[in-house]
Amino acid sequence: MAQTASVNKHLTIGEGGSAIAFAALAALSILIAAKAWTPAYAFHAYLFAAASVASVFAIFNRYYNRPAEAPPQEIDGKPNYNYGPIQFATIASVFWGIAGFTVGLYAALELAFPALNFDFGLINFGRLRPLHTSAVIFAFGGNVLLATSFYVVQRTCHARLAGDIAPWFVILGYNFFIVIAGTGYLLGITQGKEYAEPEWYADLWLTVVWVAYLLVFLTTLWKRKEPHIYVANWFYLAFIVTIALLHLGNNAAVPVSIYSPKSYIAWSGVQDAMVQWWYGHNAVGFFLTAGFLAIMYYFIPKRAERPVYSYRLSIVHFWALIFIYIWAGPHHLHYTALPDWAQTLGMTFSVILWMPSWGGMINGLMTLQGAWDKLRTDPVLRMMVVSVAFYGMSTFEGPLMSIKAVNSLSHYTDWTIGHVHSGALGWVGYVSFGAIYCLVPWVFNRSRLYSLKLVNWHFWVSTIGIVLYISAMWVSGILQGLMWRAYTSLGFLEYSFIETVEAMHPFYVIRALGGGLFLAGALIMAFNIWKTITSPETETVAAVRPQLVPAE
Amino acid sequence: MTPDHNKLDAVTGVATTGHDWDGIQELNTPLPRWWLWSFYACIVWAFGYWIAYPAWPLATSYTKGVLGYQTRTAIEQDMAALQVLRGDNVAKIAAKPLAEIEKDPALLTVARAIGKASFGNNCAPCHGQGAQGAKNYPNLNDDQWIWGGSLDAIKQTITHGIRNEDAESRVGPMPAFVKDGILKKDDVPHLAAFVRTLAGNKPERGDAAKGKALFAENCAACHGEAGKGNPEMGAPNLTANIWLYGGDQATIEDTITNGRGGVMPAWNGRLDEPTIKALTVYVHSLGGGQ
Repeated sequence: MAQTASVNKHLTIGEGGSAIAFAALAALSILIAAKAWTPAYAFHAYLFAAASVASVFAIFNRYYNRPAEAPPQEIDGKPNYNYGPIQFATIASVFWGIAGFTVGLYAALELAFPALNFDFGLINFGRLRPLHTSAVIFAFGGNVLLATSFYVVQRTCHARLAGDIAPWFVILGYNFFIVIAGTGYLLGITQGKEYAEPEWYADLWLTVVWVAYLLVFLTTLWKRKEPHIYVANWFYLAFIVTIALLHLGNNAAVPVSIYSPKSYIAWSGVQDAMVQWWYGHNAVGFFLTAGFLAIMYYFIPKRAERPVYSYRLSIVHFWALIFIYIWAGPHHLHYTALPDWAQTLGMTFSVILWMPSWGGMINGLMTLQGAWDKLRTDPVLRMMVVSVAFYGMSTFEGPLMSIKAVNSLSHYTDWTIGHVHSGALGWVGYVSFGAIYCLVPWVFNRSRLYSLKLVNWHFWVSTIGIVLYISAMWVSGILQGLMWRAYTSLGFLEYSFIETVEAMHPFYVIRALGGGLFLAGALIMAFNIWKTITSPETETVAAVRPQLVPAE
Repeated sequence: MTPDHNKLDAVTGVATTGHDWDGIQELNTPLPRWWLWSFYACIVWAFGYWIAYPAWPLATSYTKGVLGYQTRTAIEQDMAALQVLRGDNVAKIAAKPLAEIEKDPALLTVARAIGKASFGNNCAPCHGQGAQGAKNYPNLNDDQWIWGGSLDAIKQTITHGIRNEDAESRVGPMPAFVKDGILKKDDVPHLAAFVRTLAGNKPERGDAAKGKALFAENCAACHGEAGKGNPEMGAPNLTANIWLYGGDQATIEDTITNGRGGVMPAWNGRLDEPTIKALTVYVHSLGGGQ
């Protein structure tokens, strides 16, 4: 303490600057709350005000409690890794995951039994659906990406995470965006763009958070102690940069007033549709694919304790993926007002994308060479490997469905829902669960997971859930498509729309059952994580913590 | 730590790249041949597709493709093929009077096919897939017609609907006798009791004899002295024991107290004339046409 006493303690520029910025935001929010045109918007403005005031308080509280000097970059020649924000994002991902799966299950039950909306506006399908998609993609998936990217970039750069306030701002600011987005949907605030529903002020807030994220990530890369940048970091960086670009492009909107939540989008008609699906498809490509491939590239070799299968393949499939994915969006608009040439490009680039996607699958699966036996004993690794298999399956199904002849049957049917969920539950869900199971003991300094047996239960319960879900949607989707296009010999429609809805009912029940099992698996995980963090059985004896020996 | 480019992986015998990140290494495995050739094959296929179909934007136009394909012409061809399949039947239905359509077996089959498809998409949400009706929505299979079951009456109902904005819409609500102060609240159970006896049911409460007088005074104008109803005014037959809103004492009392005014949309703006005619024939043929 003698050393710290000799240094004058003072606010850093970061602390002072953020405190002033938050104070200003609090004042602006209170003004907007007072003059807001709708109660829902006023509620959001008050949330902004409360969060800003809390931030100012937290900054000063932290200042009074911290030592005078900034945390050291290294301790005894080893990087002093910053795990605090990662701990928060990991727990948040589990929380949001369960919230998102629950809402998804309820939405699925509403489709099977419409009376479950109880004629209550807040929980009708139209509002629950974006709540579900945003909760699972952006809240669950987003927090997994934040947690793993902050972990992986530190470990593979051999350097402490850049910034002091900034990493916390990224994590907490992002989760605040989730709260604004989610409550907005329930209150009826939406700009009606799929996967980009939040209105202009939430979009602006996310932009600020995202720029901070990019800067933290880039600065950490910049001060790395390793000569090269690891492949996982290429994927993370591609994800962060491209999502920024997509977010700005698709949310180019003019607010009616600063006191109104409503805005009008700059694009119109078919151009708006094209920008929307350029965004929508690349949210899949760069959020749900590039980001989670980054997770795969760190956690699978780490868990399997095997080298990555092919460095060359990782380079070639990375660049191919990045350059080709961005063209594929128009396949969401086949047989619409979109010009034929754009539809052709969307379709052909989707087919070209097949092998670049499979490059990731090959690299993930073949990394298991010499470690296949571990699948028998390690359910965490098994989960991640099955996830890569699902990735391979959905990235074959995707190009197939982008072919116009196939799309004319599959479009607007449940087949699309099945396709999305084989990717979402199988690929994104499983690789995330695997990463969370790895990450929790590492960042909470625990000796091991509380129970591998429970991981095994999670694996089997949710696998049965996924299989029920996607097979129900395949059958229902193809049946639906065939019924819609069926004509009688006299040239009139064979089935009315309502008959096709009736025919879907049993599959909707099976789908809800599958979703319920998937949720049950996640609850098992939450219990396991909780016990891992709190149980005395998993405490680390100081010397027992496995030190990673650099391979010589 | 010096990178060792010659280090071999013991399991695979493949050299590593010599990099090491947090204990992770990479093998220097070449690209799998099948992967590379499949990738090339997809690209070659795409070039072929671009030559065949509209593909690349130009300054003011786009490459048209050698096949001359356009979605617009494709849909026109599909629609033309459908017209061939349908033949001139639609034109015949448009030209002929309803009664003649019913007498021509070939035309009747076509009209019923059009009518079934149209009924499923437009009428089934209220009247049910089999036109069996539901509470508040009449059954179209039985012999009771609130607004008449002849071909012309059905067509009129479909075309202009009931109690809506259409200028020729059918009008005539059941008044709210108590709410509007026409009847006293205490009279309602007696009247409802009598209405139940009209259909051969026992009253659950009230004095049907008192109700008879009230009925003659207040209801007979529309429903008729004997309660047989009047399709001209949309007054249902109360003796058939077929109830649109329910025939129990409580529901009848509710109907008398608060009135009724069920609405059906006018379809003349949404469906074309031959479709409405086909629907009319379809509904008429369901079982209870007059």
